[in-house]
Amino acid sequence: MKKNSCFRIFCLLASFIFLLNFSGCGTGPSDSSTITIWHWMTDRDASFQALAKQYEEQTGIKVDFELYAPSDAYSQKVRAAAQGSTLPDIFGILGEKRDFASFIKAGHILDLSSYMNESQGAWKNRFFKKALAVNEFSEQNSYGVTPGIYGVPIDIMTIQMVYNKDLLKKLGANPNKPPVNFDDFISLGTKIKENNLQGLVSGWGELWMVDCLANNYAFNIMGKDKVIATIKGEVPYTDPDWVKVFTLFQQMRESGILAEGIVTMVNKTAEQLFATGKAVFAFNGSWCVNVYKGMNPKLNYGAMLPPRAAQNYPVSIWGGAGSSFMVNARSAKKDAAIKFLKWLTDKEQQVYLADHTFNLPANKDSIGRIPEVMAQFADDVELSTHPNTWGVSEFPAVIETLDRGLQSIIIGEKTPQQVAAETQKVKEREMAKRR
Amino acid sequence: MRLKDTLENYTFVLPAVLIFGIFYIIPFIWVFQLGLFEWDGIMPTKIFVGLENFKEIFSADPSWWQSMRNAGYITLIALTFQNALAFLLAWACDREIKLKNFYRAIFFIPPILSEIVVGMAWRFIINDVDGANIINRGLIGIGLPQLAHNWLSDPKSALTTVALVHSWKGFGWGFLIFLAGLQTIPRELYEAARVDGANAWQTFRKITIPLMIPVIVLVAILTILGSMQAFALIIGLVGGEFAGHTSVPVLRILASMRGSSRFGYACAQGITFGLILVIISFIQYRFSKKARQMT
Repeated sequence: MKKNSCFRIFCLLASFIFLLNFSGCGTGPSDSSTITIWHWMTDRDASFQALAKQYEEQTGIKVDFELYAPSDAYSQKVRAAAQGSTLPDIFGILGEKRDFASFIKAGHILDLSSYMNESQGAWKNRFFKKALAVNEFSEQNSYGVTPGIYGVPIDIMTIQMVYNKDLLKKLGANPNKPPVNFDDFISLGTKIKENNLQGLVSGWGELWMVDCLANNYAFNIMGKDKVIATIKGEVPYTDPDWVKVFTLFQQMRESGILAEGIVTMVNKTAEQLFATGKAVFAFNGSWCVNVYKGMNPKLNYGAMLPPRAAQNYPVSIWGGAGSSFMVNARSAKKDAAIKFLKWLTDKEQQVYLADHTFNLPANKDSIGRIPEVMAQFADDVELSTHPNTWGVSEFPAVIETLDRGLQSIIIGEKTPQQVAAETQKVKEREMAKRR
Repeated sequence: MRLKDTLENYTFVLPAVLIFGIFYIIPFIWVFQLGLFEWDGIMPTKIFVGLENFKEIFSADPSWWQSMRNAGYITLIALTFQNALAFLLAWACDREIKLKNFYRAIFFIPPILSEIVVGMAWRFIINDVDGANIINRGLIGIGLPQLAHNWLSDPKSALTTVALVHSWKGFGWGFLIFLAGLQTIPRELYEAARVDGANAWQTFRKITIPLMIPVIVLVAILTILGSMQAFALIIGLVGGEFAGHTSVPVLRILASMRGSSRFGYACAQGITFGLILVIISFIQYRFSKKARQMT
């Protein structure tokens, strides 16, 4: 009987301790002098750690870079931390401008305008304008955010085309003069097939990359104003110019310039195909320089703009800030965080990052010492645009319908007119919902 | 004294109730509650929209129902092809054959592999652009070159290929459960049937099948739940939704949450999907109960 009671008391105690453990779950106190930074950039982590060590040696302030990858997981972690008000001193945001705006409106991000404009804008002026634009909210922006600069660009990127010089030569074309016009570009399709090669490779299994090229051509065919007017609902997607944009994808399919299975291709596969000399062209971001270097250091290639489909407007490419850091508005170490970011974006640190990570530096004074291919990407930064700088955002459902429609055109399942009509239908539905 | 005993008994189950409540009941209620709001997952304020999200799922989201149809197709292939294969192999391994333990181990390897790894491995096996193109080479080798094509990038074959790879990955679970079920059937029944002059087919139909019905139902329910929720394998195989041809409900929920930042709508999709699965499982349970009574 006594033994039984002892057992019961033991069980009760065990339950109590178990519950106490649960109540103890949570975040522990953080070191008050350490600046904590969350990021998702696996390829840059070693360089960040080295710079943090250097900063600690110079100033005595410890900087703790915490890597959370892959980017999807990172994105969810930041959102969850925002809900629980446990964001670190410095963090990055992945997503669209409206997500960025939501973080600001929820009071999670500090307005850096006053710091950027100190000493006649010394900090602000060191960046490429396009890089800063991604982190800027202008007067009367459609997101309802107080105008200002809310992020610090760490590096810049452009998304454009690259071509294999050796393969272009094999096809009988000038390896130093890639096709400039769309017709010249697609005319290579037949030769590419004859040589048993792949034409254009890209990660179009992931929708955003196909959306990116469609936007490039929309800017080229109808200009920025008309694209913005479409997003505002003033021009329908059934407009002949939009149908022309969609038709380009049909023409690419019919010419054989697109790699087989491009709509189920992830970008890593596309990068492997290009790096191993199986594909002549790739549509990829400037980060590819680092990737190709790792896969095939001897790859002989160059960067080019997407071939022009119309002469009315210049070709625009997506670009601007590659990755940016934001300062937690509720952090007790705001000033220390800003000081560190100023140091990180100084010329020397930016050169170090460019040298070690092969990403284009956001500091324009650091651009002189980069490899040739990277310089080709950097040259086109001024031609870049980004949806995050347009001041308006398209409905996600419309973007998805358009992108899936483009995939359908590429596999020959739908016509450009069908895709235009379907996209417009969703646009009207979403606009009615908003009203 | 009685009250003390009762309280003491409740204290013993308290940790389990708390765990169940914290990790199952509260999240479920919270997800349902979020389904009634328009929320981007960031802003502290949420806009109450009532049942609007559910209304949109049922009346204005064809891509959701396309994903349900796709998941239904994958499940159908799994229920028929995968489970038939699992049953046959289990039946074969239940007999006195050479190397039966080796086969048991081999058949159980696919289910313990990561879905994304299986997807990428099969992509390599199937694809001709970035893979070994083994299937097409085999078809050409046996004189069927007209059947060789890009299995994963052709809208006509992509979903079936996904379903077959999913079946390959999943048949090991069914195999194991069927085998355990077959081993519980008393051998005397088979001996008595043989003495009575029953042939193999009659024995299978009159003894094996009726006694295996509870196991078949269990495997079928697990297959439905597993197949309807498949998504990582699809990402590994075709990289995503492939213009809707390989879209499944979980990928749609992820697209609403990550791509569109519509957490409220994603929660409503999750609740709808969960309810559909519960209804399917319930119907199947009732159906199997009747089948058992009939046999």
